[in-house]
Amino acid sequence: MTTKKTKTIKWGEEPKLGWKEAMYLPAIAGGLATALKHMFTVKTTTRQYPEVEPTIPQNYRGVHRLNRDEEGRVKCVACYMCQTACPANCIEIIAAPAPKDDPYWKDRDKFPETFTIDELRCIYCGMCEEACPVDAIELTSIYDLTGFTRQELIFDKEKLLSVYDETSKTGKDPVRTNRGELGPAAEEAKTASQGPLPPGRGTPG
Amino acid sequence: MLEYLQQTWPTLWPTLAAIGVILAFVPVLGLYMTFIERKLAAYVQDRVGPNRVGPFGLFQAIADGIKIFLKEQVIPDHVFKFLYFVAPSFSLMTAMFALVVMPFGPVPTDYKEGFRYIVAPGIDIGIMMMIAISSLSAYGIILGGWASNNKYSLYGAIRSCAQFISYEIPLGLSIIGVIAAAGSLNIEQIVANQGGAFWNWNIFWQPLALLVFFTSALAETNRLPFDLPECEQELVGGFHTEYGGIKFVLFFLAEYTHVVTVSFLTALLFFGGWHFPGLTGPVDSSLFGMLLRAFVLVFKVCMVVVFIMLLRWSLPRFRFDQLMGLAWKGLIPLGLLNLLCVAVVLTLDLPKHLLAFTALFLFVGSLISARHLQSTINRPRSEGRAILPEGSI
Repeated sequence: MTTKKTKTIKWGEEPKLGWKEAMYLPAIAGGLATALKHMFTVKTTTRQYPEVEPTIPQNYRGVHRLNRDEEGRVKCVACYMCQTACPANCIEIIAAPAPKDDPYWKDRDKFPETFTIDELRCIYCGMCEEACPVDAIELTSIYDLTGFTRQELIFDKEKLLSVYDETSKTGKDPVRTNRGELGPAAEEAKTASQGPLPPGRGTPG
Repeated sequence: MLEYLQQTWPTLWPTLAAIGVILAFVPVLGLYMTFIERKLAAYVQDRVGPNRVGPFGLFQAIADGIKIFLKEQVIPDHVFKFLYFVAPSFSLMTAMFALVVMPFGPVPTDYKEGFRYIVAPGIDIGIMMMIAISSLSAYGIILGGWASNNKYSLYGAIRSCAQFISYEIPLGLSIIGVIAAAGSLNIEQIVANQGGAFWNWNIFWQPLALLVFFTSALAETNRLPFDLPECEQELVGGFHTEYGGIKFVLFFLAEYTHVVTVSFLTALLFFGGWHFPGLTGPVDSSLFGMLLRAFVLVFKVCMVVVFIMLLRWSLPRFRFDQLMGLAWKGLIPLGLLNLLCVAVVLTLDLPKHLLAFTALFLFVGSLISARHLQSTINRPRSEGRAILPEGSI
């Protein structure tokens, strides 16, 4: 029964030891020479982490941020796409109709009253930013997320907007931002720029 | 009683002082040797090593010490309580006991009263006692393995037992040549015998003895090329699997004490002890001369310690059959050969530097036995064939 399998076994020879290895001493001297050479090499491979921060690639998937449009409002239109796409169920949005009489919100139908992301539940897969039709949610390259309580790491809308302010101020925008709009609806808006813009979508800046 | 104390006080206080020095230095030395070892390992591996606590991480050792003392004492349910506690202390006790006849500074052969850098000066069985005591250190490991009531620990202990027994033979054989040359077992006498110019040091006319001695002494310390008693892959942690906190550290301290002992012995027996070109002849008892000689000795010892640590980071470990093969097929014949040559040279009163050519024997012997070693040491029982996964060749 098992003989069938033996055909797939390859027999290999151990590498033969020469007289140098069998004598041990020359081999030991060689090893010591290598150790000494490395000992007096000044260059180390260690990164001095807290003092010298590593450069994180801009397509890193770190802490989320909620983008603002050019008027400073939250870009999100509360369409629930990200919440639906999220495999970890960490996004919770409560939408509210935009106040029509307020000139500030006059071109919007809906806006997120609350937008909560549980950063501890999130698996940082980036599906939410893939799903977002208006490029409102993005993953930044912030990787050192810490907190003393679990409650601290449940980010609400204001916190996520502050992440946007912080990252756009320090020039740590994700690569997608610099590359223009990537959401499917945004692409469509660009090609159909002759027609009127769909509601809730500002002109690309 | 008081009168007796008063009578013996002039000989008692130097001994007590020396004991105090050893008791104070061994734990500090152990802590700082771990630090130095970590730094050295880091440099060899192109890292920077501990550098957070204090300047250059110098207080890391102290932080480690504090942490170790504050650790919870976990005592597993299944151990033999009494032996479990005795083993680590016995291990350290024997390691420190061997330091009794160890001069850690210059000791004149004509012993006078006063502080003399040694606990027991002028002991005529010196080196013999050292070997006897250091053999006892196997007990600590075996007790630890047995008390752990754990088959892996016991395997580690048994291995270490076999290793100790095997390597004590070449250790003794290599020292006999030195003893025969000095005509004394007294370590101070052996050092004084190398007191002339530096080519009188034992290394220059018994290099083979040094090689055999150093290798087997390294095996006695259970350090890396020979650290078979502890082996993560095969034995979990070896004999100290069940030990934690301060109990583990006692084992560790014993290991480092052994390293220090071995380094001292190497420096004293083969590298001329406290002698140095320009510092030859008998010891003068002026304070400056004493301190200078102590410095020379400690410097030599440090060099040997660094060498041992470097070896740890440049050599792969031995397999168990290779370990045994090295002792029984390699070192014991070489030791006997060396002893024979020393006997011939000393009996016929030949110039003793002829003996340096015994190193040549080593090369010739290795060449002859290389083919034999190939078939026996490297490939024990298998026919030199291994099952390799498909596509690997």
